[in-house]
Amino acid sequence: MEDYILEMKGIVRTFPGVRALNGVDLQVKTGRVHGLMGENGAGKSTLMKCLVGINPPDSGEIWLRGKKVTIPNPYTALKLGIAMIYQELNPVLERSVMENIWLGREPMMRGAAGFLVDHKAMYEQTRQLLSELEIDIDPKIKVKELSVAKMQMIEIAKAISYNADIVIMDEPTSALTPNEVKHLFDMIRKLKERNVAVIYITHKMEEIFQIADEVTVLRDGNHIITEPIEKMTIDSLISAMVGRRLTEMFPKMESKIGDVKMSVRHLEVPGLLHDISFDLRKGEILGVAGLVGAGRTELMEALFGLRQRSAGEILIDGKKTDIRTPADAIKAGIGFLTEDRRLNGIIPVLSVKINTIVANLAHYTKFGVFLNHKKISKDCEEYKERLKIRTPSLEALIQNLSGGNQQKVLVARWLLTNPEILILDEPTRGIDVGAKAEIHTIITKLACEGKSIIMVSSEMPEILGMSDRILVVSRGQITAVLDRKEADQETIMRYAAAKYNNNQVA
Amino acid sequence: MAQQSDVGKFINRYAIFIVLVVMIVVLSFLSPSFLTAQNLINVLITESGRGILAIGVAFTIISRGIDLSVGSIVSLTSVIAASLVQEPSYSARIFPNLPLLPPIVAVIAGLSAGTIVGITNGALIAYTAIPPFIATLGSMIIARGLALILTNAYPVPMLRPEFKIIGQGLLGPIPYVVIVFALVALIAYVILSHTRFGKNVYAIGGNVNAARTSGIKVSKNLIAIYAVSGFCASIAGILITARAASGIATLGNNYELDAIAAATIGGTSHTGGIGTVPGIIAGILILGILNNGLLLLGISPYLQQVIKGVIIVSAVVFDMRKNARQK
Repeated sequence: MEDYILEMKGIVRTFPGVRALNGVDLQVKTGRVHGLMGENGAGKSTLMKCLVGINPPDSGEIWLRGKKVTIPNPYTALKLGIAMIYQELNPVLERSVMENIWLGREPMMRGAAGFLVDHKAMYEQTRQLLSELEIDIDPKIKVKELSVAKMQMIEIAKAISYNADIVIMDEPTSALTPNEVKHLFDMIRKLKERNVAVIYITHKMEEIFQIADEVTVLRDGNHIITEPIEKMTIDSLISAMVGRRLTEMFPKMESKIGDVKMSVRHLEVPGLLHDISFDLRKGEILGVAGLVGAGRTELMEALFGLRQRSAGEILIDGKKTDIRTPADAIKAGIGFLTEDRRLNGIIPVLSVKINTIVANLAHYTKFGVFLNHKKISKDCEEYKERLKIRTPSLEALIQNLSGGNQQKVLVARWLLTNPEILILDEPTRGIDVGAKAEIHTIITKLACEGKSIIMVSSEMPEILGMSDRILVVSRGQITAVLDRKEADQETIMRYAAAKYNNNQVA
Repeated sequence: MAQQSDVGKFINRYAIFIVLVVMIVVLSFLSPSFLTAQNLINVLITESGRGILAIGVAFTIISRGIDLSVGSIVSLTSVIAASLVQEPSYSARIFPNLPLLPPIVAVIAGLSAGTIVGITNGALIAYTAIPPFIATLGSMIIARGLALILTNAYPVPMLRPEFKIIGQGLLGPIPYVVIVFALVALIAYVILSHTRFGKNVYAIGGNVNAARTSGIKVSKNLIAIYAVSGFCASIAGILITARAASGIATLGNNYELDAIAAATIGGTSHTGGIGTVPGIIAGILILGILNNGLLLLGISPYLQQVIKGVIIVSAVVFDMRKNARQK
């Protein structure tokens, strides 16, 4: 028998109405990095939540170091040496690094003062732990002062302090700069040297080939394959993930690019954006690339009147406009699909219908007061068909729809306002591959109809596959405007990092 | 991006204490009778009860909860303790056939009553997951109702001197009530900053998921947190009753709001995870000195309320701006 530290056998987990895991197996070897891949909804996170006791499995077995175990809660998992670094990091922001690491098991004084926490010992142990892992962070600093990358390092240190020999990382690089990713990979290699097994969840191909030793692919709650990484190619991985070859992920159609629709001149937002100028044409998809935190979303918010600019002007059809509020922007023909659906976009507890029309209620009133339900239903039906929104009914609560369908409802919401300019901030984040392709089709169709589109995305293939031109933002400034033909991943990354190179990267 | 100067940081960090000092200095100039030992001791006596209340409530606020029941706990404690130490010669005693009990029995009974209400609050919040606002709103009304039932809404007067001395006695120049307040503050400080329970309180308020995944038993801690609040409220109830020399079922009316205000002014954040005992004490002293100073200056008590309200809201606005700026 091989040296498996962890074996999960026939794991079944159902949620109301969904069989999320359908008898999944996973075998992980000591001191190896095991990639776990699959589309959104494939069951990766659910499987890991079974392992760490957040959602214990309905049936199936977990064997740890050759012994069968049951894991009813996260604390048991920790005690068994299984630690998970969540995608949404989970520190207590207002407390210090050391208090976070030793939370719930603080070192105590000896003797009569045994009810008091020994802060000195806590500090020393933290310093030792961090220096062992070559993490240069002051144990006393509040966690909220740290960058996401450093918070991640602290979570890893915490895992090590529990003597975890299985560390699960859920999409750990989604908010990191390339430099920070490198650092993270160094850290993972250090973990391997300590014989820690790492289960690495990601959807980024290049990362899997860089860091993983084995890879397991899940699809629709089923185990598809487990192979050493050398035996896999990008193509074989993709076809395992989606069950078909993805020829039409980016179904870009050539649209006729017309006159300048919007010009931004010397736009300034103190501390965030500096001297931003660019043009947007009719029928054009302008991709906006950059690292997380570079100011892309802030730029979009400034264009839409959500953020006040201190200088600069916005011209639409050659005329100066004074956009100060979102209402001004909508009047000027701009629509804005925000980055975070849950936070800024959908109203979870209301129906698909209301969510569709909420930005456009004024158009659906009789005598300016009563809602014209007939007209609402007609338009909602129309967009449901046109955008292929899959919902049991228009009255269903939007929170019960999949991410991709929620996104389509939001697209419909903005199309109802009949915008000439549509700003899409991360339009396909967190939705599955199939729905992604559909959203891409919608975007390219809109461009063909003559709408001007600004698309912010952190996914390089999406930027490269969809844009006519690409604006690269680095630390609040535009460092390049690239044509579709001259753009490639390396060029974009170089410009995206341009303004960070001289100064230290956080 | 903009770096804050060291002076700015200092002011931000110690703003509440700076405000306190400035108030004392200004009032000393405006009113000659302000900065006298007797006046300051009076302020301390007046605020001791609410100060203890505020410290207890702060535990719940730091854990991202609230305790509205503390004012009613003061009332309930007051009538229970008082009813056990009435003069035997007084004909209208609550318990006419009660033998002569040592005052400690009354104290323990009062403290137990408050703690029981607190534990009930905590258990409700922990096990039914109803919001703390609702749970303690309910127990606030219930506790006040119980106090009224017990006394038929009449005061409970003619308390024995051995009991009254708790509220009226002096150690040298310093009243016992002030000493108790100082002790409670000291113990609360040690608990919050130097014990595992204290760390748990901050962690639960700061990020309950982090606390749970770190193996902290959130339910048990919540019960303990609300028990602390109830216990503190009953200490305040005993002190206030002993000083007033009478148990009154409406004694603690609106005290919960003063306590919440003091904790809030003192920098305890209602978004959870933030708050310190020195801050809370500064908060209660600011309110107390404000009351006292406005009174000395002859400002109408109605206007005083307006000023207090403005200060509370300003404190929170300032606090939120401060926390936002650090991000």
